[in-house]
Amino acid sequence: MTETNVTVTARPSVGLPEAYADLVPFSGWVLETWRERYEKRLGSTMAEMQAFYDAMMPRLEGILDVCDQHDLDDLPDDIRNLLLMTFSLCEASFPVEAWHQPRVPDSGAADIEMVREPLL
Amino acid sequence: MAHFPKPDEGSWTEHYPGLGTGPVSYRDSFDPEYWQREIDTIFMKEWLHVGRVEQLPRTGSYFTREFTWAKTSIIITKDADGNVRAFHNVCRHRGNKLVWDDYPQEETSGVCRQFTCKYHAWRYELDGSLAFVQQESEFFDIDKGALGLVPVQCDVWEGFIFVNLDPEPAQTLREALGPVADGLAGYPFGEMTQTYHIRSDIKANWKLFIDAFVEFYHAPILHNRQSTDEEARKLAKYGYQALHYELLSPHSMVSSWGGQSPPVDLKMVKPIERIVRSGLFGPWDKPAVIDDNKNLPPLVNPTNHRAWGVDSFLLFPNFMILIWEPGWYLTYTYWPTGPNRHLFESTLGFAPPKNARERVAQEMAFSTMKEYTFQDANTLEATQSMIESGVVESFVLNDQEILCRHHHAAVRAQVEAGGRPDSYPWMPTSANV
Repeated sequence: MTETNVTVTARPSVGLPEAYADLVPFSGWVLETWRERYEKRLGSTMAEMQAFYDAMMPRLEGILDVCDQHDLDDLPDDIRNLLLMTFSLCEASFPVEAWHQPRVPDSGAADIEMVREPLL
Repeated sequence: MAHFPKPDEGSWTEHYPGLGTGPVSYRDSFDPEYWQREIDTIFMKEWLHVGRVEQLPRTGSYFTREFTWAKTSIIITKDADGNVRAFHNVCRHRGNKLVWDDYPQEETSGVCRQFTCKYHAWRYELDGSLAFVQQESEFFDIDKGALGLVPVQCDVWEGFIFVNLDPEPAQTLREALGPVADGLAGYPFGEMTQTYHIRSDIKANWKLFIDAFVEFYHAPILHNRQSTDEEARKLAKYGYQALHYELLSPHSMVSSWGGQSPPVDLKMVKPIERIVRSGLFGPWDKPAVIDDNKNLPPLVNPTNHRAWGVDSFLLFPNFMILIWEPGWYLTYTYWPTGPNRHLFESTLGFAPPKNARERVAQEMAFSTMKEYTFQDANTLEATQSMIESGVVESFVLNDQEILCRHHHAAVRAQVEAGGRPDSYPWMPTSANV
C-alpha cells in the first residue's frame, strides 16, 4: 500500500493548535457528548481532574478568544477540539471547585439521561 | 424580619384564608389508592405537556410518548396541513404498537410519509386515516373509514404541545390554563431553540419533586457548596424569601430574586464562572431576542423588582416553566410512574449561540443545572422512604412553602371532586376559573 492510499478516517483528529501544544496530554477530554464528558469525570481521580483544571484555567480566556475568531458552525478541527475541551472543563469544574470528589455528594444511585443536546 | 413586603394579612399563606396554616398530611405521596385516584381524576382528564413544536419541524415529523401510568403510548405528529395531531399508538388491525424502534417500551422520533405497522404493513395517513390494508379482499365487510387511528385530544399554546386523554375534555387547553394562558403569552420561547433535554427516573412521588422545585427555602442549605464559602455563609444566614407568590388555582407561581448575572461582586461565584460568564442563573449576557426584558408578559416579574432573578410557574398538574432574568427558560415535567416513583424531565431553552463564548456559557448553565438535579433527586428518595415509614403523619410547612401546601391542596380538591372543582375554597370567588 502506498502512502497516498492512507486516508484520513472519519474519526476527527485530536490535534490542537500549535500554541496549545501543552494541552495535548489532556486531549482525552476532547469528547463529543455530555454523557462521555460526565463518564470521563466519574472515571477520573481528583488529581487527574485538578491537573486538567490547572492546565486549562489560565488558558481559558485565550481559548475563547481563539475560538471566537471562527464561525461557530465552521470551526477548524483543532479549534473545535479546544472548544470541546472547554465543555469538559465546565463538567470537571464542579468536582474541583465545589465537591472535592468526582460525584455530586449524596447523589447515590441518581442518574440523568441526556435525551437531546446540541452537538458541536 | 421580612426582606420583601408580604401581604397585609402578614403572610402569603394567610392571604388565602382557607388554605390553612396547620400541618399537612403527606399520605397523599405514597398511598397506592390515592395515586390511582390522581391518575383517574387528574392525569386522565387534564391537558398534559408532551413537547415543543420545534420537535416537529416538517410534515410527517413525529415523536412518541410512553404513558405507562395510563398503559398507553401516544404518537404526536405534524400533518400535511401543518396541524399537530396526536393518536394512540395502536394499529387497528390486531393491536400491535404502531411506531417503535428496537425496543417497544422506548420512545422514538423521526419523519415519515405514512405510519406503517411492522406486523402486517397496514398503513395510516398523518391525519390518522387508514390508507392501506394488506390483502384487503381477505377481510369481511371491512370499513376502512372506521378504522383510523384512535385520536387523542391535542392543542398547542405558545409552542408547547399538550394532549388530553379524555376524549371529551371538560375544558379547552386555554380554559384549563386560565390566567396563565395570556399571562405568559408572547415570551419568545419559540426563539430559544437551542435545547438540552434530560430525564431521570426518580424514586419519589411526583408531588414530592414538585415540592422541591416550588420552594427555595432549601436552596441556601442543600445547594450551599455550589457557592463560594463566603457567599454560602451569607445565604444561609439570610435564608430565603421570595419577592412574590401568586395562586392562580390550580396553577401557581413564585417570583424570586437572584440575578448573579453578572454578580455585583465576582467573589460570589466560582472561578470558572467568572471567565465563562455563566452559572446557576444562566449566561450573564442576555440574547438580543429578549430585548433587555423590556416586553415581558404581564405575569413575569409581577412586582417589577430590580433584583428579580427567576419566576417559576407551576401549570397544573405536572408542568413547570421557569423564566430567568438573563433571557432563557427551563421546563420540568413530572410523570407519575408509580406511587413512589416518577419520570422527571427537564428542558433548557436558549437563543441559538452566535459564537463560542455564548456556546460555552450555555454549556456551563446546563452543567450547573444538572448538578442541582443530582442533589435534589437523591434527597427526594431519602424523603420518600421516610414519609412511607408512616412514623410521622403530618408535616409543618412555612410561609415560603405556600406553593407546596397549595399544590397538595389543589390535587386533593380535584381528587375529591372527580375532576376540576367548580371553585377552590381559598380563592376569592371572582378569581376562580
